[in-house]
Amino acid sequence: MKRFMTSGLLIAALAVTACTNPNRFGSDGLGADGTYGAGVNGSIVPGSANDPTSTAFFQQSVGDRVLFDVDQSTLTPTGQATLAAQAQWLMANTDYQAVIEGHADEQGTREYNLALGARRANAAQEYLVSQGVSPARLRVVSYGKERPIEICSNEACYAKNRRAVTVLAGGLTS
Amino acid sequence: MRPLFLSIWLCLSVILGATLTTGAQAQEPLRIIIDEAIIEPLPFAVPNFQPENAQAGQMANDLARVVAADLIGTGLFREIPATSYISSVTNFNAPVQFADWKAINAQALVTGAVSVEGNSLNVKFRLYDVFSGAELGSGLQFSGTVDGWRRMAHKVADAVYTRITGEGPYFDSRVVYVSETGPKDDRKKRLAIMDYDGANVQYLTDSNAIVLAPRFSPSGDRVLYTSYESGFPRIYVLDIGSVQRRVLESAEGTMSFAPRFAPNGQTVVYSLTQGGNTDIYSMDITTGQSLRLTNTPAIETAPSYSPDGTRIVFESDRSGTQQLYVMPVTGGEAQRISFGEGRYGTPVWSPRGDLVAFTKQNKGRFHIGVMRLDGSQERLLTASFLDEGPTWAPNGRVIMFARETQGASGSSTLYSVDISGRNLRPVTTPSGGSDPSWSPLQ
Repeated sequence: MKRFMTSGLLIAALAVTACTNPNRFGSDGLGADGTYGAGVNGSIVPGSANDPTSTAFFQQSVGDRVLFDVDQSTLTPTGQATLAAQAQWLMANTDYQAVIEGHADEQGTREYNLALGARRANAAQEYLVSQGVSPARLRVVSYGKERPIEICSNEACYAKNRRAVTVLAGGLTS
Repeated sequence: MRPLFLSIWLCLSVILGATLTTGAQAQEPLRIIIDEAIIEPLPFAVPNFQPENAQAGQMANDLARVVAADLIGTGLFREIPATSYISSVTNFNAPVQFADWKAINAQALVTGAVSVEGNSLNVKFRLYDVFSGAELGSGLQFSGTVDGWRRMAHKVADAVYTRITGEGPYFDSRVVYVSETGPKDDRKKRLAIMDYDGANVQYLTDSNAIVLAPRFSPSGDRVLYTSYESGFPRIYVLDIGSVQRRVLESAEGTMSFAPRFAPNGQTVVYSLTQGGNTDIYSMDITTGQSLRLTNTPAIETAPSYSPDGTRIVFESDRSGTQQLYVMPVTGGEAQRISFGEGRYGTPVWSPRGDLVAFTKQNKGRFHIGVMRLDGSQERLLTASFLDEGPTWAPNGRVIMFARETQGASGSSTLYSVDISGRNLRPVTTPSGGSDPSWSPLQ
């Protein structure tokens, strides 16, 4: 299910991109009918979520994060699909650099979680590089358990906190 | 025929010169032997100290209150309230009316005298064994500044504690820690330093960048810590007196954290992460020359030196889960020492050299515990949703750590606990606190 949604987003990304720059990803036959984006009639606001070259678009439509199982840094199939989409986007938007932030949930000691977050960020970085993104554009940092986004103390929150987030820097429209 | 270790370290016993037990052998000296059996705390009295001049009036009362608080805080002593006193002490040099103190069951009596000249403070004290009617040790005097009056009180209390228990002093010490405010998803952290009892808090950094795990130098004049002020975790050394800091050398693209001083105050051991892999290194902080001590794909972190500087205890997940290992300071073969159920992290070698304190996770709970260096005699001192980061009092008798409460409104508070597992109590700080590091004796 999640995998399906991710690929749906990727299609959306491609579709919207196709409106503004049909050749950016090559001709892959995806309909440029504007179904998924606001690109119809040329009403794109640069830098907004419907500008496919924007950070907001990357975060919301490509997906800026991948999640991990407890105490693991192995990428899930969903995570790999998200990273593949990120890689495509990064290769199309070469003005951007990225810092990949690794995070852990609060179950664990501080130092170990820093190291675990580093493993996760590194796993994401290696996948992006394997998909063709230049390592020179990517840096990694771990925040361990210092920066949770969800604050309850159960698995529903922990699952969202065990993440690697690709944070963009640079870009012409930002 | 229990090993010496057990009789010294297990539980707390208060052997009160036999006066509590039968009264038949009334002449044993005043002594608390920290032992296995559990008896009640030793009753003592600390009448307000005698002001020797007009300026010393308030100080005389305040000093006695801090001395009492130090002793009570150990869990080994119980104060007889002043409202029970039959006798009053009006002259430091006058004979003590032992019968009056005996009648209210004050087994130890601490008297003091204080004089203040400008900013200089002089404190004298005597400790009496009420039931034998004699002074325990000889009177001492301490001189310092009025501003540093609490230190004078801690020195008096340290002398009393040491004479009665035979344990080393620890009240005249400080703690550097991470002061925390705000909710979990917007927590502000800054370095703070305070007296061991939570008094005199001063902030050493602002809260613009995340700071983690400060550690005292062996002489107590500097602090190592990890900060994100560059955007990436790097190790800084901060001079407490000047509050000046500098970053330690680290290569681009790496993260460094979990620093700790060697007993020589010159070498630092720490974790360095490169390419997602975390290993342990040591570095001379003057030359910046570093040495790699571990080289495995495992997470290796939280290193801590033995007091003699020859070995390092650290955690590694090379076996598949976090466990404790000991290796020579130059690296090389490491010996696993933790074998119990669950995961073990954040080992800290005791200042006496005989024990390692650690954080243990098992079945969804966190514990602070201690074990011997061969992994034997494991003893869990606490249990909660999240306890972590133990640090030793300078006498190796008490451990401070941080306890985080669960849920959206969770916050972190410093606690201390005796290595017997008794006397768990929060340390009062102005806001939340984590990652405490206890200084050596000042």
